[in-house]
Amino acid sequence: MRPLEDYLVIDFSQFLSGPSAGLRLADMGARVIKIERLGVGDICRTLYTSNLIMNGESSVFHAINRNKESFEVDLKSEEDCEMVRELLKKADVMIHNFRPGVMERLGFDYQSVTALNPSIIYGEISGYGTDTEWKNKPGQDLLLQSVTGLTSLTGNADSGPVAMGLSIIDMLAGAHLAQGLLACLYRKAIKNEGGFVQVSMMESAYDFQFETITTFMNDGGSLPERSKKNNANAYLGAPYGIYQTENGYLALAMGSIPQLGNLLGCEKLEDYVDVSEAFDKRNEIKAILAEHLLSASTENWLSILEPADIWCADVLNWNALMAHDGFKVLNMIQEVEMMDGYKYKTTRCPIRIDGELLTSSKGSPKLGQDNEKIIKEFITQHTTANA
Amino acid sequence: MNKPLEGLLVLEFCQFLAGPSAGLKLADLGARVIKIERPKTGDACRQLSIKNLFVDEDSLLFHTINRNKESYAADLKNPDDLERLKKLIREADVMTHNFRPGVMEKIGLDYETVQNINPKIVYGVVTGYGNEGPWKNKPGQDLLVQSVSGLTFLSGVDVDGPVPFGLSVSDIMCGNHLAQGIMAALIKRTKTNKSVLVEVSLLESVLDVQFEVLTTYLNDGGKLPDRSGAKGSAHAYLSAPYGMYETADGYIAMAMGNLPNICAIINCDITDLYVEAGSAFENRDKLIIRLADTFKKENTKTWVELLENHGIWCAEVLNYQTATALSTYKNLDIEQQLDLGGSKIIKTTVSPIRLDNEKLFAAKAAPKLGENTSEINKEFELT
Repeated sequence: MRPLEDYLVIDFSQFLSGPSAGLRLADMGARVIKIERLGVGDICRTLYTSNLIMNGESSVFHAINRNKESFEVDLKSEEDCEMVRELLKKADVMIHNFRPGVMERLGFDYQSVTALNPSIIYGEISGYGTDTEWKNKPGQDLLLQSVTGLTSLTGNADSGPVAMGLSIIDMLAGAHLAQGLLACLYRKAIKNEGGFVQVSMMESAYDFQFETITTFMNDGGSLPERSKKNNANAYLGAPYGIYQTENGYLALAMGSIPQLGNLLGCEKLEDYVDVSEAFDKRNEIKAILAEHLLSASTENWLSILEPADIWCADVLNWNALMAHDGFKVLNMIQEVEMMDGYKYKTTRCPIRIDGELLTSSKGSPKLGQDNEKIIKEFITQHTTANA
Repeated sequence: MNKPLEGLLVLEFCQFLAGPSAGLKLADLGARVIKIERPKTGDACRQLSIKNLFVDEDSLLFHTINRNKESYAADLKNPDDLERLKKLIREADVMTHNFRPGVMEKIGLDYETVQNINPKIVYGVVTGYGNEGPWKNKPGQDLLVQSVSGLTFLSGVDVDGPVPFGLSVSDIMCGNHLAQGIMAALIKRTKTNKSVLVEVSLLESVLDVQFEVLTTYLNDGGKLPDRSGAKGSAHAYLSAPYGMYETADGYIAMAMGNLPNICAIINCDITDLYVEAGSAFENRDKLIIRLADTFKKENTKTWVELLENHGIWCAEVLNYQTATALSTYKNLDIEQQLDLGGSKIIKTTVSPIRLDNEKLFAAKAAPKLGENTSEINKEFELT
């Protein structure tokens, strides 16, 4: 039995942040119905990253929206709105990520929806909150990375701002929304109360940076300084970083510098006996390490460092990762199938419950593919007769 | 306020970041979280500092991750302590640990055994690479997990080689996943009245973060990500103008947008590079370099104003000083103060989740090692 079996989630959200929360709830067992705009659907359907088209839609859409149903409606039509209201009366959770004010205009804001269904859990994601100077700005991932200082943490000192090359803030906001919804679902199971969960991408971006921003707040406001080369964390000393070797790369986490020098046969490093030098002199230490590590292969260095319990690893791309038994044993890849028979591969939910992998063979929905079934199942004769 | 996890007792045997960050989330949502720590040393994170910042005897880092919790000191190798812990486990709703595979079995607090002590426990486990396979005994350290996961080929420019994310992203995502799994398990328990096992690993979590681009890779003949060679590009899979550009006095970030339209607004001639929609992908690097030349000519504010007036998605690139000075930052109440007593105060972040129109403020500072041992002994009659 999946934890969220028998729960119904009505998801108005688009793109990544909200839909990634819906996906998590779906994998945990909930039934997730996407409410999609007539004729267009979730804009993510045509949001292409690379020019790969899969069965007429973007790869990103397929990744985010598997294991869901699609209900295509015109929210400007009273008849369609009435059907959505019928669904909301039976729902446990609803999600949206429209900009502030939109749901009020459509009549699906928190007040209106709780009037329909007092025990519903209402979740929303905004870019910058619902009552701030920036509330109407677009909640777009790169822009959120840029205005929260995140781009000053990755890359080297002279790289300028460097983005994390994924929509990381979207995913964090989705993860936080899922947490709020799950917490309220637990409360609902105990007390049968509804709830109102709000997440903003800006708050999620700072939660992600809670260690570094807390350091900034309590350290007289001094800014993070990335190391000149081989930076992996602006706040950590040498050797923390990735280094080129004769035939590839080597990642080194924490470790004593003289011990590393001794193991690697690099005498110059044995002089850095004072622990504080690992941070204070990290640029010069990293430069010495970088030059020395070029002299032999990654395998050679690993064969010396691993037996000595130095925390290190090879640096793999996806081809090398997926060929490795350490990856294969996770069974991280699943194949899913759409209603029209189109199959594709994607990753599974990263959480295991009672030893079970939360896989699901259901692919993403074609726009409106479930309308007929949903109307039959949820919309009473009374409603349709009135419509 | 009626916090959703009120009344739940969580025992945290975890150290460092992934497990304890999940504990912090549960605490902010209302659970009572007790850290079970080794006498004298405790969570190793107490001594793990960044920039050598300490508050009293513990690192600022420890304070950041472990606020709103209690601490109970117990030696898992001491039979009397273990007996007390078993009594405490009987009263708990959740326990979490991040020991390497096999350790809890030796101690006698593995899931099988704990189920006999408490048949309704939610048991959460964090590992680096799962419980099986050739990597199961490798240290679950963030940078190393990033390095084997392929993540380092997504940021920066191609000539940089691998570029890790400059934060412990696998730890933090794994903590988020553990918190989700535990709450789902608590929901399941309300229906079954039985114990639930929740397992997460740093590697699976950092692969989940890559789910969009991995799905592209898996269905595109195994084509590896192709980062741009042009400085400032921000995503290996997105076309120009997506990236950050130097201006006369700083940097501007440009999200996805209609390139000919944007170039008309900023007066940048791309007619030779952009002949059709596909050019934005094909000529990405040359286009980014061309745009960069134009953006250098004016100040950031001038560009942002001009582009925003045309509805183009862009923003000034800020650092912590300029970012935290924004009115929006202040109005979102991102900061809170923790009172350490003796007029000592730490500033840190608040939970990013708002519930029932309220922020989840929690001013309780991190506990000193074993701070709550005797009161917990008394309350649960452990001695």
